[in-house]
Formats: sequence, C-alpha cells, structure tokens
Amino acid sequence: MSLPRNIVRWFDDRLGGDDIREFLAHKTVPVHAGTIWYYFGGITLFLFVIQVLTGILLLLYYRPTPAEAYESVQFIVTKVRFGWLVRSVHSWSANLMVLTALIHMFSVFFLRAYRRPRELTWLSGMALLFLTMAFGFSGYLLPWNTLSFFATKVGTDMAGAVPLIGDFLVRLMRGGEEVTGATLTRFFGIHVAILPGITTVLLLVHLLLVQKWGIGDPDGHAGGKRMPFVPHFVLRELMAWYGALAVLGALAALFPWELGEKADPFAAAPAGIRPEWYFLAVFHNLKLIPSTIWIFEGEVLGILALGAGVIFWVLMPFWDRAPEGEKPRLWVTGLGVLVIVYFVVFSLLGYYT
Amino acid sequence: MRNLAFAVVLAAALSAGLPFAASAQQKDSCVECHSVLEDNLGQPAQLFADDIHRESGFSCADCHGGDPSSDDLEVSMDPARGFKGKISRLETPEMCGRCHSDPEFIHRFKPQQRVDQLVEYRKSVHGKRLAAGDEQAANCIDCHGVHGIREVSHVLSPVYPRALPQTCARCHADAEHMREYSISTAQFEEYETSVHWEALDVQGDLSAPTCATCHGNHGAAPPGVDSVAQVCGNCHIVFQRAFDQGPHKEAFEAMGLPACIACHANHAVLAPSEKMLGVDEGSSCVNCHSEGEAAFEVARQVRQRIDDLNQSLADSQEILDRAEEAGMEVTEGRLQWASANEQLIMARVQVHSFLLEPVEEAVSEGLGAADGSLEVGREALREMEFRRKGLALSLLTIAITMAGLWLAIRRLKLPA
Repeated sequence: MSLPRNIVRWFDDRLGGDDIREFLAHKTVPVHAGTIWYYFGGITLFLFVIQVLTGILLLLYYRPTPAEAYESVQFIVTKVRFGWLVRSVHSWSANLMVLTALIHMFSVFFLRAYRRPRELTWLSGMALLFLTMAFGFSGYLLPWNTLSFFATKVGTDMAGAVPLIGDFLVRLMRGGEEVTGATLTRFFGIHVAILPGITTVLLLVHLLLVQKWGIGDPDGHAGGKRMPFVPHFVLRELMAWYGALAVLGALAALFPWELGEKADPFAAAPAGIRPEWYFLAVFHNLKLIPSTIWIFEGEVLGILALGAGVIFWVLMPFWDRAPEGEKPRLWVTGLGVLVIVYFVVFSLLGYYT
Repeated sequence: MRNLAFAVVLAAALSAGLPFAASAQQKDSCVECHSVLEDNLGQPAQLFADDIHRESGFSCADCHGGDPSSDDLEVSMDPARGFKGKISRLETPEMCGRCHSDPEFIHRFKPQQRVDQLVEYRKSVHGKRLAAGDEQAANCIDCHGVHGIREVSHVLSPVYPRALPQTCARCHADAEHMREYSISTAQFEEYETSVHWEALDVQGDLSAPTCATCHGNHGAAPPGVDSVAQVCGNCHIVFQRAFDQGPHKEAFEAMGLPACIACHANHAVLAPSEKMLGVDEGSSCVNCHSEGEAAFEVARQVRQRIDDLNQSLADSQEILDRAEEAGMEVTEGRLQWASANEQLIMARVQVHSFLLEPVEEAVSEGLGAADGSLEVGREALREMEFRRKGLALSLLTIAITMAGLWLAIRRLKLPA
C-alpha cells in the first residue's frame, strides 16, 4: 500500500472514516418543485463563513475608539493591500447574508418545513436571523461615520420606547445616556466576541437539528422523490455558493462600500437619517404611528404591537399544527404573503419618503 | 393744590429744556388727542406707538415741549410751558443731541450707546450743509425716521443693514433732489450690481458693506483719493498689505489715482476674475501698460502662472471626481487639492503686490499640492482598473468552475 493511502487509512481508523462514508452514501434529500429554495440556507452559511474570515482580517487593523475607528477603516481601505476588498466584501456580505437568511426563512415558511418535528429547527433559525440582524446593527456603528453614528442614535432611541425596561435597555446598549466612545467599545465587543460565540453554538444546534430531522418535504416523506446528498446535492449547493461568490465579488469590486464622513457627535443630525434596509420597514412604521393613541404613547403601542407580531410569527409551529405533507392552510399562506407585502411596501416607503 | 404744584414743577422742568422720561405711565393728552386726528396731525401719534423712545418711557412732550397732563389745548400747547410745536429741520440734530450726546443720560438706557453722533454729524457733508442753512441736507430723521423710530438692529428700521442702501438712495438716487449738488445719482444703481450688494441682499449677510461702511454714517463723507486703500483695507486687510508692498502704491499716489477703485470701481465693485489680469483684451493692466514695458511682462507672467494653477486644480478635480464616483477613497487627494486651492487664493492676494516673486512662490507651492492630488486621483483610477480586471478574471474563473459543476451535475442521474 502506498504512503498516501497509508496516511488516509491511519486517519480513517482513528476518525471513523468508513462510518462517515457509509453515512454520507445513504444520506438523501427530498426533490420537489421547491428544492431550489433550500439552497439559500447553505448560501447563508457560506456568507457567514465569509463574514468570519473577513472579520478576522479587519480585526488586524481596526481600532475601536472614537479617535481611531474612522481613521483605521480609512487606513484599511486606502493603505492595506486588498484592504478595500476585505472591507467591501464584509459590508456587502453582511447585507447579502440578511437577505438570504430572510429568503431562507420565507422559503421554510411557505414550504411548511417548520411543522412537527422541526419546531426547534425553526426556532433556532429565527434566533439566528435575529443574531444576524444584531450583527448588522452592531457592525454598522464600527466605522464611526456620520451616518452610522446617527443611525445608531435613532436605533437605540427606539429601544427606549419598550415599556418598563426601555430606559435600562438604552443605557445598556449605549453604555451611558448618549452614543459615545463607550457605545463604540461596547458594540465592538458585542460584534466580535459575544455575537460570534452565541451564533456559532446556535448554528451548530441548527445544523444538528437539520441533520437529525432532515430537510423538510412539503409533499411528505412517504413516496417522495429523493436524491443522494453526495454528490448530487453537494454539487448543486457548491454551484450556488460559487454563484453567491460571483455576486458578492462583483458588488464589492464595482460598488465599494462607502466610508462617508467621520462622525461628529456635536454636529446636528444630517437630514434623511435611515437605518439599514432590513430595519427600514419597522422604522418607517413607527414613524407613521401618531405620538399618542387615546391615553397611550403611540411609539410604545407600536413597539408592543410589532413585538407581539414577531412573537406570533416565531411561534408559528405551535399555531399551525398540521402534519408534515398536509396542504398549506389558507390563513398561514395569507399571513406569509401579508408579511412580505408589509416588509416590501414599508421598506420602500421608508426609503423614498 | 398738589396737582397745581406738580404742573408748576413739570412746566418748569420742560421750560428748562430738560428731557423728562417719566411720562409713560402718566396722562398724555398729546397722544390722546392726536391719535384720533387724521392725516399729518394723526400720523405722529399713531407711529409713536412703535417708537423706541416710547418704549423707554419718553413722550411727545420730551421733544415738542408743552404740558401733556392737561386736556386744555391752551394749557398743553402753551409756549410758556415749553411747547415748541414742529421742530425745524435746522434744529433737529441739536434737539436729538440733547439726549444722545449726554453720556450720563443716555447710558441710563443703553450703557454702551455711543454719544458722538452729533459731533460726527457736524463734521459730515450733511451736517456742514445743514449748518450753512441748507434745509435739504439730511439730518437725523431722514435716516432714522421720525415718531416711528426703531433700534438700528430692528429689521424694520430704515438703517437696518439690509435697508440702509435704499435709505441713502431715497435722496442720493433722486436726480431732482440732488440737482443743486452736482453729484452723480447712479451710486445705488451701481451698488446693486456689486459683490457687496450680492452678499448683503441676495445672501443676507448683514456684515456685508453698505454705504455707511465706506462713507461713515453720522460723519458721512466721500473718502478722499489717498484714503481709498485705507477704507477698502478695513475689511480687505491682506490685499491692502500686498498693495502697500508693491510699486503701484507710490505710482498711484503720484498720478492721483484712487487705489483699489482704479481697477475694481467703487460702488459697482464687480466679482473679480482672472480676466482682469494679464495682457489680453479686458485686462485692467493694459489700461496703463503697453508691450515692451517690464510691467507688461510681469502682468503677462502673473496671469500665466495663475492660469497654470487654475488648470492644474481643474485637472485634479476632474480626476478625483471620477475616482470618487467609482467608489474610490480619495480623501488624501481632496486634502491636497484644498491645500493647492488655498495657495491659489494666496496667489490671488499676492497679485495685488504686482510683483512676480510672491505670486510665483504661492503658485509653485500650489502646483506641488495640485500635482500630489492629481497623482492620488490617477492612482485611484489605476487601482480601479486593476480591480475591474481582477473582477473580470475572477468572474471568468467562477463561470468556468460553475460550468464544470453543471456538466458534472447533468451527468449524474437521479435514482428512480
């Protein structure tokens, strides 16, 4: 036996290679009209890996203080070899990741894959989506430019409307009464240590659950068409990743993420301050609510109503208890369409008004 | 009996010509009667409602005399009680000066108020003419108004900075009014074309020069030929310094030419441009200098160097804009560009010395900075090209890999 084969054999004996090969040879995934939507889960995972890698590279130069944050990002994009690419890919990938996570969530929703026994897969996925948004929110402030500074001010202000614990939440996020250097340090810590730690654990749980219960099949397992995981599904997923990489590379190279002006905490907020696009619908919705409704503060009611809506959505597996494979319920599909229309319309209104 | 005693004291005070500022709370028969009258007799009382003097507690009697405590015309308008009636134009400045030249009195109301208005007025052309018996000559009320007098800082005051040019123009642009003085009436018309008017009226800059800035207000007089540079130099300090260093100062003085306005005009100060420089048609230099003179050559070179810097700035601006539109980071180039632009401003200042050396110094420094910013822009564009090529290569590699994957996938058959 040749040396390379011996080495492989050596590892196989110790890692259980034969078992893994045996397992992969028999692993199959369902094939149906909606299969293509499931690739978005994999693409989200791919983008997360890119975020981790580019994030680590950015960490080599980034400095989380108001005096140096902006300058260090400026240094990265102007002086560091391919620094512009790393920063641009990190920013674009963050946004694409939120987008693919949202597409993944809606595809799971419309393909009814949250139903028993995958309730925990859905719940861990929703938690991962919120973590992704928290990544976006905390990362947005880090370049310490005018837009990010004031958007963070507005964003953290909104948390103040949460009844009872609003003020506490604002102080907790800002590390004080105002957005200052303390907020920057705090957001940095959250962005590069706390969130990645939690996300990694939850991601493993999510993937283990996907493995345990398999990919959902809207037609039900019985008699459904299936394809081998290796190589059929893996090659298709790989193609999707390459496609995502091409889109990401093109966006990063053709539209480098802007750095803007350095934040000046003493300057007046510039006109048209908006949060990132994925918070735009909620932001605009809260803006439209009158300041007082009957005897209640409008913003508080808005936050409560939106919070209740999100909780209802997250707990969907417990409202729709039909067995896997059963036809979609009209109210569930209607709700999904309504949420998409709400998200798109309010985001557009928020952008153009 | 007590009323009678008060009336006697009041009449004594008024007849002594002392200003009396305690009548706001008391009966004022002047306002009571005149406010219900019409036309010329009613207008003063109506206007006085908004007058700064009334707000400070003064009444009609403080200027016109008389006894406002009585409803009886014979008593209230009794010359024996100090009633003067209409103040003549010749008397007006002295009448206003009774209070406004008295620091002890006026500082009770406004601690920082100047008290030299009357002294200045007497030295002004207006004051001299009035003293000579010319009743047409402007006095206090022609500029500040009468009965409805407001603070200078009040937007409705005729001497509020934005209103002042029109106030002066009421007489100075009136050909009929100015006929006997044999001076031009085109000042306001010219001023309306000037950069000063643009700053004052269009941009609303209250610190922009108005008539009073150059001519003075109470001591208004035309600046003499040899004081023009001093007048302009009050604001344009660095230009005056450059001018004083150069050969034109002495030459202009010898020739009796007014310094700045020889090139820039006086009331119609137009936005200066590079066209005023050099030896081409329209240049101010060729009005006095002709080919063959050393000064002619200096003018040509100064213009050339300023043009060089302008061109260099325009080139780098264009490159930086292109790079920035493509998403490139060119802050360093922008900083260098701003530095070059500062040198252009410096060179334009030094032009007023009419010496090549100081202009050349600023231009050389500016060209260095402009070249630096141009290089930043070019480097950004080269980098952009490199990125695009890199992207094209990467996309091609990805496309080939995807095509390979696609072929591999097609070969795989789904199990039945």
